[in-house]
Amino acid sequence: MSTEKSIWRKAYEWHEERLPIVHWLDHSLGTKYPVPRNLNYWWNFGSLAMFMLAVMIFSGIFLAMNYTPHVTLAFDSVERIMRDVNFGWLIRYMHSNGASFFFIVVYIHILRGMYYGSYKAPREVLWWIGILIYLAMMATGFLGYVLPWGQMSFWGATVITNLFSAIPGVGKAVVTLLWGGFSVDNPTLNRFFALHYLLPFVIIGLIFLHIWALHVPGANNPLGIDAAPADKIPFFPYYVAKDVFGLGVFVVIYFTVVFWFPNILGDPLNYVKANPLQTPPHIVPEWYYLPFYAILRAIPNKLLGVVAMFGSILIMFVLPWLDTSRVRSANFRPVYRVFFWVFLLNAVTLGWCGSQLAEGLPLILSRIGTFWYFFHLLVILPVLGWVETPKPLPASISQPVMKAAE
Amino acid sequence: MANTAHAHAADAAGETRRDFLLHTTVAMGAVGAGMMVWPLISSMNPAADTLSLSTTEFNISGVAEGQRIIVVWRGKPVFVAHRTPAEIEAARKVDVSELRDPQKDEVRVKKDKDQYLILVGVCTHLGCIPLGIKANDPHGDFGGWFCPCHGSHYDTSGRIRKGPAPLNLEVPEYQFLSDTTVRIG
Repeated sequence: MSTEKSIWRKAYEWHEERLPIVHWLDHSLGTKYPVPRNLNYWWNFGSLAMFMLAVMIFSGIFLAMNYTPHVTLAFDSVERIMRDVNFGWLIRYMHSNGASFFFIVVYIHILRGMYYGSYKAPREVLWWIGILIYLAMMATGFLGYVLPWGQMSFWGATVITNLFSAIPGVGKAVVTLLWGGFSVDNPTLNRFFALHYLLPFVIIGLIFLHIWALHVPGANNPLGIDAAPADKIPFFPYYVAKDVFGLGVFVVIYFTVVFWFPNILGDPLNYVKANPLQTPPHIVPEWYYLPFYAILRAIPNKLLGVVAMFGSILIMFVLPWLDTSRVRSANFRPVYRVFFWVFLLNAVTLGWCGSQLAEGLPLILSRIGTFWYFFHLLVILPVLGWVETPKPLPASISQPVMKAAE
Repeated sequence: MANTAHAHAADAAGETRRDFLLHTTVAMGAVGAGMMVWPLISSMNPAADTLSLSTTEFNISGVAEGQRIIVVWRGKPVFVAHRTPAEIEAARKVDVSELRDPQKDEVRVKKDKDQYLILVGVCTHLGCIPLGIKANDPHGDFGGWFCPCHGSHYDTSGRIRKGPAPLNLEVPEYQFLSDTTVRIG
């Protein structure tokens, strides 16, 4: 083998000396980023979320090329995308279902963090940035849902913007400001389109911070104990290969819905053009907001309902301190593990309640569910940290495996 | 054994099983990315409703001798000229071999309708609209059209005679549906 450097090698080194981008990537997501060796498939969902963000941005840019943000043209321009634009149906179904799949992936990502205690020290800031990403996603999803200007778009926009009218004193002025008029109308649609285009790029910036904050302590793992250097393997090729495999499985499921069940998660009423003079008998938000919608409706007071709804997300900022247990992984917390699944079941029940009319059983259940949501976070978690006896933690990631092999 | 067979095959090709997996994975990824890029790029091409606007019909009997009008086709101007006998004669006595884009006047009009000249009114240089529709417009040195952007002169057959344009004004596909109705496209 010749020791002479090739011209490509020299060019690469020349460039790298001036902008070490390959070096940077290698340290961020390559061979120089050590990751615990025992991550399971629940750790795939971070990269899947990034994939979905890319899908949303690319499909969104091509939709924007054919979309007209004007109240008289928006609905028809979306129908034109569906009928006349080459592959417009595919791009739009990828985008509308992509929102749902983005949320599915992110919910699993969040729940993984809650199960394995990924929000605990020293990863609190990482968790905070994650909440900011989630809030930005909710805003983006809401703004985007308004753009087709169907009945659900219009009345969803009306109801959600009216949430801010609950602010004492200035509520009405704030809502007028949001609308740019005296009802949801053309100025509202224009600004929603502008912001819907902007926010994904804010999310990209937040993801940079999220990954940065991840790299300082390194990834958590299913055992929840700090991984020794000997228990870490490089991200590339090991976790790149694992992420790509998971991506393959995910894409099959995603495109099964896009191609064969593209409207299963949508509301047929949104194929009716917005009519500002007639509210549909039953308004529901998209499924990913339903639990919070149920919390809003559970409380028979306008201001308190809004406070509870926003509070149910904002409370997550203090989750690292509400959970007083030092043990991260629920695998070693037999009691917390039960409460985790109850919390999840409760959230799903709230979601169902949110999809029903706010009366009778759904209303009773959403009141119980709202109570339990806050009771879990504000009472059970702090108390559990004191009273629960965790199982003994292994000394290292490899120790239990080595023992089993003996 | 399967593994042994693999090892032999690998030796023969100078490739390992891992190389094979890597290459097939990358190839499948490239195919997948291509299949995703294709619809996105395709969506930028004219949509069905745009393509359906590809023909224009108009009544040519309203164009008097010596008059030139503009008809819109596919968002572009189409020049329709009802030429005088003098203009036709001027176009036909030119020595075709001296032209930059040699073309006889006869092939640029329909037989027995040679008074009607129909042209896409877009300069073949860089896409401006040549002047010469109104009587008091500049008509260039050859009595046809003159492009004000970079000074291309077209004659009474719409052929390039002077200036930077490389080709004659394009004759669109059209037909006489009747003596008075013309369909372009």
